Amino acid sequence: MRALLLRDLRLAVRGGGGFGLGLVFFLIVVTLVPFGVGPESGVLARIAPGILWLGALLACLLSLDRIFALDHEDGTLDLLATAPIPMEAVVAVKALAHWITTGAPLVVVAPVLALLLHLPSEGYPWLVLSLALGTPALSVLGTFGAALTVGLRRGGLLLSLLVLPLYIPTLIFGAELMRRGMAGMAVQVPLLMLAGITTACIAVMPFASAAVIRMNLRQS
Amino acid sequence: MSIWEYANPVKFMQLSGRVQPWAWALTGISLAIGLVWGFFLTPDAENFGASVKVIYVHVPAAMMAINIWGMMLVASLIWLIRRHHVSALAARAAASVGAVMTLIALMTGAIWGQPMWGTWWAWDPRLTSFLILFLFYLGYMALWSAIENAEAAADLTSVLCLVGSVFAILSRYAVNFWNQGLHQGATLSLDAEQHIANVYWVPLLFCIAGFMMLFVALLLLRTRTEIRLRHLRALEQRERTA
Amino acid sequence: MIPDLGKYTVTVLAAWGLTLGLLAILVAVSVWRAGQVKRTLQAQQERMRKNG
Repeated sequence: MRALLLRDLRLAVRGGGGFGLGLVFFLIVVTLVPFGVGPESGVLARIAPGILWLGALLACLLSLDRIFALDHEDGTLDLLATAPIPMEAVVAVKALAHWITTGAPLVVVAPVLALLLHLPSEGYPWLVLSLALGTPALSVLGTFGAALTVGLRRGGLLLSLLVLPLYIPTLIFGAELMRRGMAGMAVQVPLLMLAGITTACIAVMPFASAAVIRMNLRQS
Repeated sequence: MSIWEYANPVKFMQLSGRVQPWAWALTGISLAIGLVWGFFLTPDAENFGASVKVIYVHVPAAMMAINIWGMMLVASLIWLIRRHHVSALAARAAASVGAVMTLIALMTGAIWGQPMWGTWWAWDPRLTSFLILFLFYLGYMALWSAIENAEAAADLTSVLCLVGSVFAILSRYAVNFWNQGLHQGATLSLDAEQHIANVYWVPLLFCIAGFMMLFVALLLLRTRTEIRLRHLRALEQRERTA
Repeated sequence: MIPDLGKYTVTVLAAWGLTLGLLAILVAVSVWRAGQVKRTLQAQQERMRKNG
């Protein structure tokens, strides 16, 4: 399993595509927002939590179809299916690799980009906390979506259509946690809900994703 | 003799062929009674005026939008557990009906909200949840039509329906938490004290029954179409390979 | 013949018209598609019977 993780990470870094691209996309989204809504720092500061969360979510989405697509094309996925490690573990490792290459860098970069949006200083710890708690769920759910569309030639658009509705609860609680934290309100409910969603997704979704991968492999 | 006998496509075709005219007849009768009664014979409500008549289309559509997803969930489970093809095809046949019902609920709600709340749309929990439900229907239908292999499509959409159900419910609570709303509570409640006056209640029941029968009739018709389509594909396949 | 709907005439009629219209379209499409598939299937079966 460690070998698989290392291999995935190496591919992601060397392939040039996924690793940097998500971050650049995040940067571009954050850069474009002031052009759309105007440069007043008051407005930007108010919408900053939502923009940062949305940007992170879309950046996550961007690299999802690469999780299984390459392995499916060159047959690695069929080999993995017959390998001694269970498919659930393969899927979990894939999600972890996706999080390390996409989610974690987003968490690290987000405070820097928050500067551009004039996020008030009390927001930074909440920004990092909510993204760190939420992005694993995004990766795991995205892996499920990628598993659903793995056999399709033009799955990219369909993938977003399937995955985005699943992201809604995470987005709501993540952005709400940040907003409440900044305003100094009680954060217990969104904090626990966000953590609960993430841990439940990590626990359950690999089974669903693995089942879906097996269904997809059976047909070919 | 058990209910599973009708999971056999041939048996199902026989039964549904016989039941279908009755379903359509019942649909016509209850819809005619409910709609005519609701439109012509009910008084205006105190605070809503004549706009109360919108509930005769809005409430049944909204109920069906949720119930149809529930039916799809059950059908998906049956397919995953017992692998009856009719079940998977019924779920597929139901999806577009459900999507249309959701659309009706959303649009009639918007039309009603304009004069009553002064806005076409508000990010109210109920409204938002329905919009999310609509997105789930669209994703489900898109996945069905994207996959060529029929068996795989049934498998994958069933899993999507299961996962989607969990997340639809989760979204409902998340949205509730996110914003408190304008929408009044449930119109229908078993608690007699709470639900609306009988003048509106009885024709509304007819309308709900009518919408439900309409769904059943449409479901039978569309499932039959799906079964025939599957049969046709199989025959074409055989002809090509022969 | 239409009851007096007061200032909500447009609202009620629009909502009802929209609902009935959408349902009618749904039913029409379903019926049309059912007939189409049925005919195609019959033609196919006929052809296969002839060709043995």
